Amino acid sequence: MTANQGRVTVLVKTPIYLDYQATTPMDDRVLAAMMPYLTTIYGNPHSSTHAFGWQAEAALDIAREQVAAVIGAEPQEIVFTSGATETNNMVIKGVMSAWGKKKPKLVTVATEHKCVLEAAMFCRQQGYELEILPVSSDGLLDLNRLREAIDERTALVSVMAVNNEIGVIQSLAEIGKLVREKDAFFHTDAAQAFGKIPLDVEGMNIDFMSISGHKAYGPKGVGALYKNSKRQTTLMPLFSGGGQEAGLRSGTQAPALVAGLGSAAAIAEAELTMEAGRISGLMSKLKTSIFSALPNLVMNGSITERWQGNLNLCFPGIDGDLLLANIRDLAVSSGAACASAVSGPSYVLEAIGRSEVDAKSSLRIGIGRFTTADEIDYVAESLIAVVASLGGLKP
Amino acid sequence: MSATMKTPIYLDYNATCPIRPSVVEAVTAAMHVVGNPSSVHSAGRNARSAVEQARAKVAALVNARPRDVMFCSGGTEAANAVLKGAQATCLIISATEHECVQAAADASDLPVYRAPVGESGVIVIAELEKLLMQAPKGALVSVMAANNETGTIQPISQIAELAQKYGAFLHSDAVQAAGKIPVDIEALGLSYLTLSSHKIGGPQGVGAVVLSPTAPLKPQIVGGGQELGRRSGTENVAGIVGFGEAAIEALAGMEDMDRLADLRDRLEAKIRAHAPEAVIFGADADRLANTCCVAIPGLKGETQVMHFDLAGICVSSGSACSSGKVKVSHVLTGMGYSPETASSSVRVSLGYQTSETEVDAFFEAWKMLYDRKSGQGNSVG
Repeated sequence: MTANQGRVTVLVKTPIYLDYQATTPMDDRVLAAMMPYLTTIYGNPHSSTHAFGWQAEAALDIAREQVAAVIGAEPQEIVFTSGATETNNMVIKGVMSAWGKKKPKLVTVATEHKCVLEAAMFCRQQGYELEILPVSSDGLLDLNRLREAIDERTALVSVMAVNNEIGVIQSLAEIGKLVREKDAFFHTDAAQAFGKIPLDVEGMNIDFMSISGHKAYGPKGVGALYKNSKRQTTLMPLFSGGGQEAGLRSGTQAPALVAGLGSAAAIAEAELTMEAGRISGLMSKLKTSIFSALPNLVMNGSITERWQGNLNLCFPGIDGDLLLANIRDLAVSSGAACASAVSGPSYVLEAIGRSEVDAKSSLRIGIGRFTTADEIDYVAESLIAVVASLGGLKP
Repeated sequence: MSATMKTPIYLDYNATCPIRPSVVEAVTAAMHVVGNPSSVHSAGRNARSAVEQARAKVAALVNARPRDVMFCSGGTEAANAVLKGAQATCLIISATEHECVQAAADASDLPVYRAPVGESGVIVIAELEKLLMQAPKGALVSVMAANNETGTIQPISQIAELAQKYGAFLHSDAVQAAGKIPVDIEALGLSYLTLSSHKIGGPQGVGAVVLSPTAPLKPQIVGGGQELGRRSGTENVAGIVGFGEAAIEALAGMEDMDRLADLRDRLEAKIRAHAPEAVIFGADADRLANTCCVAIPGLKGETQVMHFDLAGICVSSGSACSSGKVKVSHVLTGMGYSPETASSSVRVSLGYQTSETEVDAFFEAWKMLYDRKSGQGNSVG
């Protein structure tokens, strides 16, 4: 029995997918772009001796242009990988092993994705110096703290663009300027940002960027690395072998996956402004409804500097698991997908100063391209009803 | 669509195997599965279930436990994961390993020893034993189950006995062998084997490391702790589903190997009858039924491949990864052939869609090339 059973409400198909930060549904246009490479053009893109190989290789070239265009990069600055986790590992471990002898220090932030933090811990085990910076209660990095942390021994500063749990957008341009002034490399994990907010590698002084396909309506299993060719951004590859991707990432590339990422990038580029506007409209509708009914709700993360497709809410006085159990028709999460199986409070919420109790009372709601206004109405009604049935919020 | 446009004849299965229709169906359906397998809601659970079903299918291909299958982005990542992650004291690899094994070994910071192969491409067991005797305990031996260029099959069980005798782990790159010969991780006595989906008719961009229950593996990609902590990163759900489907089909498709062996053997008989000086590599060894690597001494492999391409036939010279760069095959020179002979070869590899007519067409094109060359040869004297 769900709490809102029997209520008259708009007709929407349930469960409603509200976990766009965990993964996005694939856009049908992306699937259409992939299909030829799954069916008729099945060559190995590295077979240079016949037409099947050339056609497959052409897919990689087109996608490289499409991905580069979204972030103001050159096509040859894009390296395809299996996803953002691989890219983050590649940049952090690869830069530290290439530069660590001269510059042994790595700087990152407490709210980074698990894979960035784990890769950073790995570097520390290798003997490199690691400084993990705290964030303010709004989830944003204090630039003065950052300035103090970077010195001439700092090789790499890694700060994510949009946080996967609380959606806050770090001030990339200012961070980039600061890092460049100190002559370190700036890496940003843009898995949640790519195709959603404007990114400009030149203007933001970004040296490395991690990109994910499946967070941008593309396929799972593909991602990219942007690597600034105007700077000496040497890094040690994670995999060795046939020397594909200019020796940076060996292994047969998957033309279908890469074409999917390219198509997702092209769609995002064409529709970014319009889509961000639409999502922002839906989100303010949702917030208006629930905050007027539940004034004691607390938002986690900055109210202004955020990706509007994300809403992380604390329901004071209500246990998150109980809440989740009562809204089975809403596919939301209590935090990062990777940590879903592990209970325990989110380290991101802990980093913005939420108590363990408040963190456990928090939910992440992610909306996106396929979310409808009717769904938003349904979600608002459901949440309000469930909270009431669970005894309401504590002030 | 022009009726006069001929579909090229694809004889490059060892570079990539055309994706099977049932796999396309499975992949397309899986693309519509929305969730992240790590999410606990129903969308996530559906994705998780798709991944786990595929894991059981891939496990069945090599007689492993599903939990011992670690999915990754392909054969190259898999080989790197094993060579760098097995925490070995040193590496002993055969001279004819795939580039990714060679390169991963060289990039590993461990001492690397290379065991030579004989003229037919089979590892010299006595030399391997010598290396094992000198190596510290805890070495990792890496010998591919079957070679991508020549199809030569290695005596893995025998190598496994040796490895065990000297306290070494054994990895076998089974990327080419899987689906063509039986590969049973337990019966072969392997600690690790690596697989690639697109070589067995699955999608590109997915592969696996299969481990014996006791083999250690330190992760190379850390993060969310997916794949039992062995390989982080959101799983390529659709790719994995396709890999699973391909594994089932490949297992069933082994019955087709007798037919391919007939086609290949008849092709080679015709080549020998027509041109006694043509070199067929590994012909004396146990070979994969689908592979024929043949040299016309004095005629560059690239020239031959271009000729076949004009004739509408896709074959390759050397392995695909190195096709971009013209370089002599380390496999053929490792077998003792001169760089000249090695670089005058093409590789023909057959598969499930290959017909007798196509193999005949290849032979006709080959004969034309050979006759033109030997004609020129005669006029020079």
